[in-house]
Amino acid sequence: MSQPDLIIHDEKDNVGVVVIEKTKKGQDCSAWIMENDKTVKVNSTNEVPLGHKIALKDLKEGDTILKYGHDIGKVVKSIKKGEHVHVHNVKTKKW
Amino acid sequence: MEIPKSFLGYKRENGRAGTRNHVIILPVDDISNACAEAVANNIKGTIALPHSYGRLQFGADLELHFRTMIGTGKNPNVAAVIVIGIEPKWTKRIVDEIAKTGKPVEGFHIERTGDIGTIMKASKKAQEFSQWASEKQREECPLSDLWISVKCGESDTTSGLASNPTVGNLMEKLEPFGVHLCFGETSELTGAETVCAARGATPEAKEKFMRTWSSYNDFILKEATDDLSESQPTAGNIAGGLTTIEEKAFGNFQKIGNLKFIDVLEPAEEPKKGKGLYFMDTSSAAAECVTLQAAGGFNIHLFPTGQGNIIGNPIEPVVKLTANPLTAKLMKEHVDCDVSKILSREMNLSQAGDELIKVMLRVANGRITCAEALGHREFVMTKLYRSA
Repeated sequence: MSQPDLIIHDEKDNVGVVVIEKTKKGQDCSAWIMENDKTVKVNSTNEVPLGHKIALKDLKEGDTILKYGHDIGKVVKSIKKGEHVHVHNVKTKKW
Repeated sequence: MEIPKSFLGYKRENGRAGTRNHVIILPVDDISNACAEAVANNIKGTIALPHSYGRLQFGADLELHFRTMIGTGKNPNVAAVIVIGIEPKWTKRIVDEIAKTGKPVEGFHIERTGDIGTIMKASKKAQEFSQWASEKQREECPLSDLWISVKCGESDTTSGLASNPTVGNLMEKLEPFGVHLCFGETSELTGAETVCAARGATPEAKEKFMRTWSSYNDFILKEATDDLSESQPTAGNIAGGLTTIEEKAFGNFQKIGNLKFIDVLEPAEEPKKGKGLYFMDTSSAAAECVTLQAAGGFNIHLFPTGQGNIIGNPIEPVVKLTANPLTAKLMKEHVDCDVSKILSREMNLSQAGDELIKVMLRVANGRITCAEALGHREFVMTKLYRSA
């Protein structure tokens, strides 16, 4: 049970959360899925700080971000797998 | 872990038990703050609870003001109360309601006497109360005497991953002991509202939750001038990696574990359906929310934080936990319980829940919290609209 670089809440999620101080550009990250205890790999294309999200697959404008297995907002600028996911490319559907 | 069946609390006249033994000087209104603070300065062992409102309020907003004042006085963490208002009528209304608990309470009004005369009269009574309360001893109380409220603040993604689920784990373990539990933050369940409503224990509770949430959401949509970015989520939330209100809401919601809520409370309303989990309609601003929960009668508070919210409350001890390793390291003096090892998988959720139970019980037994040690006494009234 080694320390993960990313944690993913649910198998359905398309983002994972960085749980180390920051990822390095090009770092091959191990991502632990809490729901089913599996581990997957994802390459971090940017330096991403603790607590921030990384895309687990390519996402295009209008796609839904899934975290906790639930809808947490929409993509407003296309995102490549491994890229930083945050307010610059995702917005709420609510307000 | 075997969970202790009792804690050491102060037994009150009405059968409740306190984790603290405060003598409070409660101003009815903003202009009585100076007088209340002077009395608390004169008499050791008392604390003043200054605030900004209490004049020319009307309708539901005035009722909430009274409910908050009265509920604060009635809270079992309070041994005795001095109430000071500008005029006698509203002062008496608060005194009479607090008196129903059986605890010592006395009111003073400033008109026709002035600050100095009122300070003298109130100080004499406050001294009597303070010395009387100082002889109260902690006694063994069943765990069910704990009324535990929860609220998270300056959350980040570590809150949803670990510190909020730790609170959820504690709730799941302590609910069978017959404790009262309370979560709130109406606007901060936006995005998770239907998932939350489904946790209502009865069709009435589900329906009442949806009505409460919709009403708050309608108000936000009416007043909003933008997408609320930097307000909800806050700038601190965003710095910590939270992107949208929906993401924040699902993280927030982890605090109730797998429990169902039995009723929806008005702000500062005392629960009346017995043990179990309640939802209270509150703002998501930390000090406002905790002030309302304390006024509802809750006697110990659990506060998970991500980026490091430093809130405390004058009467309800606020136990802070974090799973963010940087916050745990850089803001150590604010953190009662560090669960950051969940993220490195050196600790599992059940171990973290046990650790939080231990820390909470030490605080219930009398250990002062980080926020108490640092002098945090944020007492913030919720105001529903402008005064007349």
